[in-house]
Amino acid sequence: MELFHRTAHELAELLRRKELSAVELCDAVLGRIEAVEPRVRAYVTVMADVAREQAKAVDARRAAGEDLPPLAGIPLAVKDNMCTVDAPTTCSSKVLEHFVAPYDATVVARARQAGCVFTGKTNLDEFAMGSSTENSAFFTTCNPWDLERAPGGSSGGSAAATAAGEAIIALGSDTGGSIRQPASFCSLVGLKPTYGRVSRYGLVAFASSLDQIGPLTKDVRDTALLMNLLAGHDPMDSTSADRPVPDLTELLGRDIRGIRIGVPKEFFAEGTDPEVANAVHAAIRQLESLGAIVGEASTPTVSYGLPTYYIIAPSEASSNLARFDGVRYGHRTSKPVADNVELYEQSRAESFGPEVQRRIMIGTYALSAGYYDAYYLKAQKVRTLLKRDFDKVFEQFDIIAWPTSPCLPFRFGERGDPLSMYMADVCTIPVNMVGIPAVSLPCGFSSGGLPIGIQLGASYFEEPKLLQVAYAYEQSAGFHARRAPLGASCGGEA
Amino acid sequence: MALEAIIGLEVHAQLLTRSKMFCRCSTDPSAGPNTVVCPICTAMPGVLPVINRRAVELVVRTGLALNCSIASHSIFARKNYWYPDLPKNYQISQYELPLCRDGYLDIDVNGQKRRIRIRRVHLEEDTGKLYHTAGNESRIDFNRCGVPLMEIVSEPDMRSADEAREYLVALRQVLRYIGVCTGNMEEGSFRCEPNVNVRDTESGAKTGISELKNLNSFRAVHQSVDFEIARHTRLLQRGETVPRQTRRWHPSDESRGGYTDVMRSKEEAHDYRYFPEPDLVPMRIGDDWLSEIRAGMPELPQQKRERFVSQYALTPYDAGVLTQSLEFAQYFEAAVAACRAGQVAEAAKRVSKWLQGEMSRLLNETGQDIADVPARPEHVAELLELVEEGKLTGTIAKEVFEEMFRTGKPAPQIVSERGIEVVGDASELERIVDQVLADHAEVVAKVKSGKTQSKGFLVGQVMKATRGQAVPQIVNDIIDRRLGV
Amino acid sequence: MRLSLDEVRHVARLGRLAMTDQQCEAMRDQLDSILAHFEALQELDTDDVEPTSHSLDMANVYRDDEPAPSFDRDRILANAPKRDDECFRVPLIMEED
Repeated sequence: MELFHRTAHELAELLRRKELSAVELCDAVLGRIEAVEPRVRAYVTVMADVAREQAKAVDARRAAGEDLPPLAGIPLAVKDNMCTVDAPTTCSSKVLEHFVAPYDATVVARARQAGCVFTGKTNLDEFAMGSSTENSAFFTTCNPWDLERAPGGSSGGSAAATAAGEAIIALGSDTGGSIRQPASFCSLVGLKPTYGRVSRYGLVAFASSLDQIGPLTKDVRDTALLMNLLAGHDPMDSTSADRPVPDLTELLGRDIRGIRIGVPKEFFAEGTDPEVANAVHAAIRQLESLGAIVGEASTPTVSYGLPTYYIIAPSEASSNLARFDGVRYGHRTSKPVADNVELYEQSRAESFGPEVQRRIMIGTYALSAGYYDAYYLKAQKVRTLLKRDFDKVFEQFDIIAWPTSPCLPFRFGERGDPLSMYMADVCTIPVNMVGIPAVSLPCGFSSGGLPIGIQLGASYFEEPKLLQVAYAYEQSAGFHARRAPLGASCGGEA
Repeated sequence: MALEAIIGLEVHAQLLTRSKMFCRCSTDPSAGPNTVVCPICTAMPGVLPVINRRAVELVVRTGLALNCSIASHSIFARKNYWYPDLPKNYQISQYELPLCRDGYLDIDVNGQKRRIRIRRVHLEEDTGKLYHTAGNESRIDFNRCGVPLMEIVSEPDMRSADEAREYLVALRQVLRYIGVCTGNMEEGSFRCEPNVNVRDTESGAKTGISELKNLNSFRAVHQSVDFEIARHTRLLQRGETVPRQTRRWHPSDESRGGYTDVMRSKEEAHDYRYFPEPDLVPMRIGDDWLSEIRAGMPELPQQKRERFVSQYALTPYDAGVLTQSLEFAQYFEAAVAACRAGQVAEAAKRVSKWLQGEMSRLLNETGQDIADVPARPEHVAELLELVEEGKLTGTIAKEVFEEMFRTGKPAPQIVSERGIEVVGDASELERIVDQVLADHAEVVAKVKSGKTQSKGFLVGQVMKATRGQAVPQIVNDIIDRRLGV
Repeated sequence: MRLSLDEVRHVARLGRLAMTDQQCEAMRDQLDSILAHFEALQELDTDDVEPTSHSLDMANVYRDDEPAPSFDRDRILANAPKRDDECFRVPLIMEED
């Protein structure tokens, strides 16, 4: 298999044994980017020069006999809503087209420290608002499994880059499914950690109480390795959990006999693509055959997750995005303006895309005088009900299993109506609302060869058990070994 | 018509922390614009706030000083509004569940005790500053942005400009005593926005509230409130309606007296869209923390006044003057403690008189703060003892003190440098008196039997023995004490 | 229609988004269908339910009052669309609002 298609843990082993240099690996990935990027369009900014320097530095350190962290020298793509000092952070928005942050996000600083090689900043739906990357202000990213289809979103660029071999691993962010849904669409493993597990400092905020950074990788072990790097308390983030970080690779390979898996029936509601439902049910049977005890679970309020999310997320976003006023950074209108009100109104109207403007409008309305109780407060209360539902489920079960996306990767433009696009998040949103961890991993392909993902969830900070089960399934099912067909004809040198 | 003014005060006080509210930039006055800023206080994308624990403690301390109930559970909220000096375009403030609520502050207005209720005390962050250029632009400086700010809101319990001023004076005194704010109005670390309207107590008719801005002295607060009361009264009497407005105070100048004019009417008030700040977690003030804060509380002005009356036998008036500032009160106590002879009450009386007299006069003349005066409390105590012992006359003591005030030299040094004649110390004089009494036992017996005119002889003998250097009055006193007459 | 055009204009103003009348109308239609979707929440009885603003039960996260060096001014001003050597610049502000 070509280098760029291999996993981080395999490559790390080659690097450690000095059978491969970080520069060679970096060149392989940069070559792959050159070859396929015109068709995939995963990156807003490719950081070739930075990457080469970082790779050289890693080789020098290794040559000097230094004991390096596990992911040193591994090419990593960073979603373009995480701040980096050495490349623009655009959020795929015209607002921030030329913005270079004066600081590194905590996760970026950690990855830099660990010797990761930054391939570049990946495309997303503007400010992470969307499920297809079609809302990027710059261009749309294509799904490496079918270039006519969306890679999912909002971390579509990170997912496409990893699936296409344009990065070995990637960082995504997940507010309502933005890591898991693209992972599902691109046949990857994508983890949304427990809220508070990974620092949000330097992640350009969409919805502060829901946002969480996590990995997009080709297999569960890579996810565990990247999470080991990302997880942990950050004094710069008041919502980051100050508690021990277990080594997530530790439970990988342990058998899952006796682990109780609940299947929430509400998640297989009408509207779920039968091919998706079948694949997920098959995966659950496979888990059962591995010794897990499977039972039906119920989360009665889960159908209210979607409206709740579409009140809370836009409300927080309307406030988070207020700082983009064209004063300290970002787009400022060139039209003559009479005063600051006009300066703000014009600058913002010119530079925010339609979906972002729509969400600012929803959120502003939901928070405005006279509507707060009916919308925002109501939604926060429903959130409590959702949390109770899940708490109850986890009294009975260790893990829950259901589809990541109700549908297969869709064609561009197929979901033009905002509401129908919002529906695509129906299976992922409740997880963010209650804050638990959930992972999407490949569980098969449709008759047309499109990837399908199964979602596994666990209670707060139960990532070790979550990945233990995910790994057991992955290793027995083997879907993770397949690579997007794109690779065959246009690969770079291995 | 029976008209009555209704006045409530909103006070913003910058807290005396070393670093800002949500980032670690210094709160020190800086060299130039935008030199104490970072990504957090300039609201760069992706940054997050972290609460300064000290700021929370200072607000709780204030709440305790103002007899408030302290919230066991308190949260921050976002107050959303647009202004170029507010980089996030929301202010992290408190809305529901403020740290402190329902307190009071007792004030004394023309001898009458009044209780002003405090509605709430909450914590927020200050904004940046705008400077206007000569051209058609404004410049923004974020140095002040993010400095911890405490908002203290009173109930509309004041009925006159005098009461408003007294409340403000008393409040500032408390904040200074407990070390939470410098209380400097001119520099803007202590800001006041009065809400004023007038009500007809018979008909219940009310004018719309005026929210007054641009007040940077106690005088301005007093004058503007007076001005507004008169304006509202006039309009109410004429039967005109007075709308709710935000009004700016213009201090008097050569051309006209002080006046207010309208800045904006309240109808276009902002819709602040408050909601709980999702980037921060709740504050829980448990009993342990509260006791810790309580234990660190210094004595409050009122407590100190009461103690001064009981401990030093001072009149309430004197106690009030001496405790006006913490530094003044501390100076007083240090001086009394440094007095060697006599009873505490006697010493306290002497020191009190001197501080209210000579010291206050010189402080006023020089505009100095007592903390910065070179003359230390023990020097004052020593000077007053020299006077008490009759070694210096009052007039000379005042001269000596002026130099002491300026230079911080102790009295004996000033006396010897200036060549001021003083007698030896008191024990020397007493030894001589005892000798004279022993030598003239028969005269002593006469005096004791009632022939007090014979005392003159004894005084004369002492004067002779000291070659005329002793002060006759002092000699008299010593003889009286010795003979018990 | 749940929303009037005036309400849409008011909300756009609150959110500082310049909108033409035509845009306001389109926005109203979209918001209407989204708000309709929110109606479902009213089916749930939440009278005695506490709101959740954080999924984790955390409290009392503070830092010590220790100042740290600030950022270099040029780095803070670097992205400003309009600035001078010391300050950000905006159109003249006469008074509050």
